[in-house]
Amino acid sequence: MRASTGARVGQYVALLAYLVFLAFPFLWLISTAFKPPQELGSLHPTWIPENPTLANFRQAFDEQPLLRAALNSLLAATGAAVIAVVIATPMAYVMARHRTRLARAATGWVVVSQAFPFVLVIIPLFLVLKNLRLINSVPGLVMVYVVWALPFALWMLVGYVRAVPAELEEAAAVDGAGRLRTLVSVTAPLLAPGIVATALFAFITAWNEFFFALVLLKTPEKQTLPVILTHFIGAEGVADLGPLAAAAFLATLPSLVVFAVIQRRITGGMLAGAVKS
Amino acid sequence: MRARSGWIVAAVLLLLTGCTGGARDGSADGRITLRFQSLAWQEESVEANKELVAEWNATHPDVRVEYVQGSWDSVHDQLLTSFEGGEAPDIIHDASDDLADFAYGGYLADLTDLLPERLRADIPQRSWETVTFGDGIYGVPFLQEPRVIIANATWLKESGVRIPTPEAPWTWAEFREVTKELSSEGKYAVAWPLKEPVSATLNLSLSAGGQLFHRGADGKVTVRFEAGDEVVPRTVHDQVNTDASASGSTLGSGGSDTLPGFFGGKYAMVPLGFSYRQQIVQQAPKGFDWQVLPAPAGAEGLAQGVSPQTLSIAEDSPYKKEAAAFIDFLLRPENMVRLALGDWMLPTGTQALKDPALHTTRHDWATGTALATHLRSAPAQSVRGYPEWKDKVATPAFQEYYSGAIDLGELRRRLEEDGNPVLARYQR
Repeated sequence: MRASTGARVGQYVALLAYLVFLAFPFLWLISTAFKPPQELGSLHPTWIPENPTLANFRQAFDEQPLLRAALNSLLAATGAAVIAVVIATPMAYVMARHRTRLARAATGWVVVSQAFPFVLVIIPLFLVLKNLRLINSVPGLVMVYVVWALPFALWMLVGYVRAVPAELEEAAAVDGAGRLRTLVSVTAPLLAPGIVATALFAFITAWNEFFFALVLLKTPEKQTLPVILTHFIGAEGVADLGPLAAAAFLATLPSLVVFAVIQRRITGGMLAGAVKS
Repeated sequence: MRARSGWIVAAVLLLLTGCTGGARDGSADGRITLRFQSLAWQEESVEANKELVAEWNATHPDVRVEYVQGSWDSVHDQLLTSFEGGEAPDIIHDASDDLADFAYGGYLADLTDLLPERLRADIPQRSWETVTFGDGIYGVPFLQEPRVIIANATWLKESGVRIPTPEAPWTWAEFREVTKELSSEGKYAVAWPLKEPVSATLNLSLSAGGQLFHRGADGKVTVRFEAGDEVVPRTVHDQVNTDASASGSTLGSGGSDTLPGFFGGKYAMVPLGFSYRQQIVQQAPKGFDWQVLPAPAGAEGLAQGVSPQTLSIAEDSPYKKEAAAFIDFLLRPENMVRLALGDWMLPTGTQALKDPALHTTRHDWATGTALATHLRSAPAQSVRGYPEWKDKVATPAFQEYYSGAIDLGELRRRLEEDGNPVLARYQR
């Protein structure tokens, strides 16, 4: 059925309005990051700063160890993403290909685990980390992020594996390829986009995480960007708005870049296996 | 988010109780390292703290202090988890109204016998009351700020109204009359930022003799909304709803949110904390002339409640004596002045308050300093159950009253009839 021109225009207008709505906070953040203090206190704020300045960025870097925090965030997020994927990939393969009672139980467990309150995860982790003397350490935080990201990573990857036709693996086996060869030469290349998408999803989730990092990391040299950002906020919510916006803008960039690069693959990964072919 | 983190922390506490380690070991070479978690956040304040830590370290090779940056935004949850995990800093910066739970929970050291007499004597008893829980002292109050009125000086001058001073402040009635005179179409005399209406109302009500919380002979606290408690709420309510001299749109705003309207000539006055001057100096347009006025006075003069910033020592710290020595160093009069200037607040110490730097007319330091002797412990400071009473009963009741949705009788009924059962639950 062909939509009328009016309906189509209406759809585009609605889409545009939605995009503007979504983009507004980020555009305002950028605008604020470049405004001098006097413009921040203006009754008639402008989108484009009248006297753009880099002073907020300078102050943000002077006051807080942003680069070190970014490095910590990068280490924690990368570590979490890599480990989560390394653990989740073989598990997902088994769960997707071998529909045994155990695999079904595991799938059920993953679904149920998503409904658990946070608290059931953090308590054992906190105890384990304390006993391992991994509190106030990035490796300790990575462990937490891995546990946190694993169920969803597994869920995504199961979808990806199911999207790879089992007939291809059977054909490879008929052609004489062993199990390992089939996995490496046939399945892995087809699964690669899903693995990358899953890894990047885990990366972004860890990059933005605040509460675990706040509780587990004590010293500034170990803290991650979301924790450092709160140092620009004072008592009763008073904020050093310019430097906060500048630092928040910088902290947002990696996530944005990553999303811009992989958004198609993420969408594909989430939808893979959604319909039966 | 906050509710979720609170829930997480509560559960962590339940499971970690009894599972946590004790004191840290000393280093092999006998050198002690103390962790000092500071909540300083403004540029000058962080700088002053770091400088003082460096000065201490330069002169105390055996007791090194490590500066740890904390954050006001999440300090309660973060400290609670740290205490239970046996990972708390030795020296803790916080606000006195956040200490009660920690003090009663046994997380903070009683400083009664740890602090030197010099420091005990230098800080007035009314400030010590803000950190005294039961028989113990659980923090050293060192910075405080009165609520003042920041005014558009040009507007006031042109209107011809009497300009109040700490010696001759406006009464609440006079304040209402002045605001009627200052307002005109589309322009308001005052913008009340009452996002947190309870503490602001209670603290200012001390000036009119408001007490609200009454401790009986059995030691139990009940709420009674009496004549003295009515003065401040009624003034604000009438300014907004009867006189149209106060903007209704700012009632749900924080202090910073009112500044653009203030700079833009929409409001003549904004009641704010004294430290907001720093933001005003930073953000005010060139040539904008502003001044600090004392809050109006009532039957009790300029009295108002405050919750000072404090320094405490963790009960788990194996180096309490050394930590107390560092606090003593940090709060020497000359150092207290540096901290106060960095935070744009007032020191609690009587010696520090005499410093000429705090008596200049520049940025109206002198006006704030003149109010220091009138500052008292916030009324709700040691009332158990106050946070729940505030969130569930008082905040919505005050918000509705200020917006004109309910009258004074209904406000009283809610605060007393709905509120007292909440407090009673905590005092069984």
